[in-house]
Amino acid sequence: MTAPFPTHRQEEWRYADLEALKPVWEQFAEPVTMTVAAGESLEEVWLPSADDVQLRRIQVALGKAAKARIFALNTAPVYGRIELEVSLEEGAEFELFGANIGAGLSTNEIVTNVKHVGIGGRSRQTVRSVLNGKAIGSYLGKVEVARGAQRTDAEQSVKAMLLDRGATANCKPELEIFADDVKCAHGASVGELDAMQLFYAESRGLDPAGARSLLLEGFVMGLWDSASDGDAIRDAAREALRKVVA
Amino acid sequence: MLDITNLHATVAGKPILNGVSLHVPAGEVHAIMGPNGSGKSTLAYLLAGRPGYEATEGGATFDGRDLLAMEAHERAAAGLFLGFQYPVEIPGISYLQFLRESLNSQRRARAEEELSAAEFIKLAKAQAQLLGMDTEMLKRPVNVGFSGGEKKRAEMVQMGIMSPRFAVLDETDSGLDIDALKAVGAGINRIMRAPDKGVLLITHYQRLLDYVEPDKVHVLYRGEIVRSGGPELSHELERQGYAEAAA
Repeated sequence: MTAPFPTHRQEEWRYADLEALKPVWEQFAEPVTMTVAAGESLEEVWLPSADDVQLRRIQVALGKAAKARIFALNTAPVYGRIELEVSLEEGAEFELFGANIGAGLSTNEIVTNVKHVGIGGRSRQTVRSVLNGKAIGSYLGKVEVARGAQRTDAEQSVKAMLLDRGATANCKPELEIFADDVKCAHGASVGELDAMQLFYAESRGLDPAGARSLLLEGFVMGLWDSASDGDAIRDAAREALRKVVA
Repeated sequence: MLDITNLHATVAGKPILNGVSLHVPAGEVHAIMGPNGSGKSTLAYLLAGRPGYEATEGGATFDGRDLLAMEAHERAAAGLFLGFQYPVEIPGISYLQFLRESLNSQRRARAEEELSAAEFIKLAKAQAQLLGMDTEMLKRPVNVGFSGGEKKRAEMVQMGIMSPRFAVLDETDSGLDIDALKAVGAGINRIMRAPDKGVLLITHYQRLLDYVEPDKVHVLYRGEIVRSGGPELSHELERQGYAEAAA
């Protein structure tokens, strides 16, 4: 039996494009499960496809001292959703580097629920959005720290760049902590390109459009620095930025 | 080459330049000295086209072209280079990419052929070595994690790569130790001392002028050039201070 179709009243679906979701829901109703056994490591690069609607609904279970590092580019023309539910046992590490790049009327969202179950787990989530036109880019990030998960270290960093007054960035970090010895940090900013960086680039000969696209590239490209094979996602992100800035 | 006539400017509604006139012919290096707040950096930004810095009266021409009517990137393509007092950090973009795209954008504007990646890397490495900059630093994001001295040295490497026709150097000597000062001075002479090039060297101190001897020295004081003279004027300033020299 298919899971019930979501509504905007559910927090994790609040900003979703449910109309776009409807025709494909059956296909994505059940999340895909991945397990990383104790001491093992996983690195994934999630590239966008050409489809109008693109969803990834993934559950990752990290065993003791297991590591997962995910690089994700979310840039669907209509609706893109990257949904991650991660559980961390003792000493596990989880890293997410994600980007929403959107233009037109698109909605792209990254929705995470990171559950620190064991002690001494570490999670890092870094999300950058570049939005033009009337695009919506969202990050909803929930971090749960269970009662026994002392010395958890969780961090969320979210930044968005709006290139048009019509574009919208939603950012909602959420913490649910039941342990007392934890470190949970989150930072968020929504801004425009830095005027001094723009002038510096233009003073070196870049025209205003070239300077803007270079700075946006810098804003996003820093995400992939630690990827062991980041060429494909770098190329895809550059291509997405070119389309969005044009 | 560079002609500034009765230039007045306000920044955020406050008058900073009150009628600066200056003529730097090709083949000469001119120094502008003056205390903090005298308008030195405003003049530099105005010449380079920083948004928000606008002339309210007077003007400036570069090789006869109305400099102030051009956008910042057009001034760069015309051969003007600003060495920043505080070089800007750009995370996520390597120096190599930044400078290659900048130089090729200039070359396109001048209808010159673009440099290939290989040609550019060769040029950039050669300039870095001449200025004593570790070539590995060219792979790092622009100015991120650079010390003050490294940033200034990198500005000179950029100047070497661009090979501009005219350089405005805004306190390029600040934050440099003696070895770096020597290297930067030698770099300025090597890159810019030519019959068809010119330099406006903005500085507080005499010490850079020991390595780059100016043809003329001007004293900027409260937004006006109050004195001009030969290189000996900088020594006089060093002895007497600005207030007395301006009086």
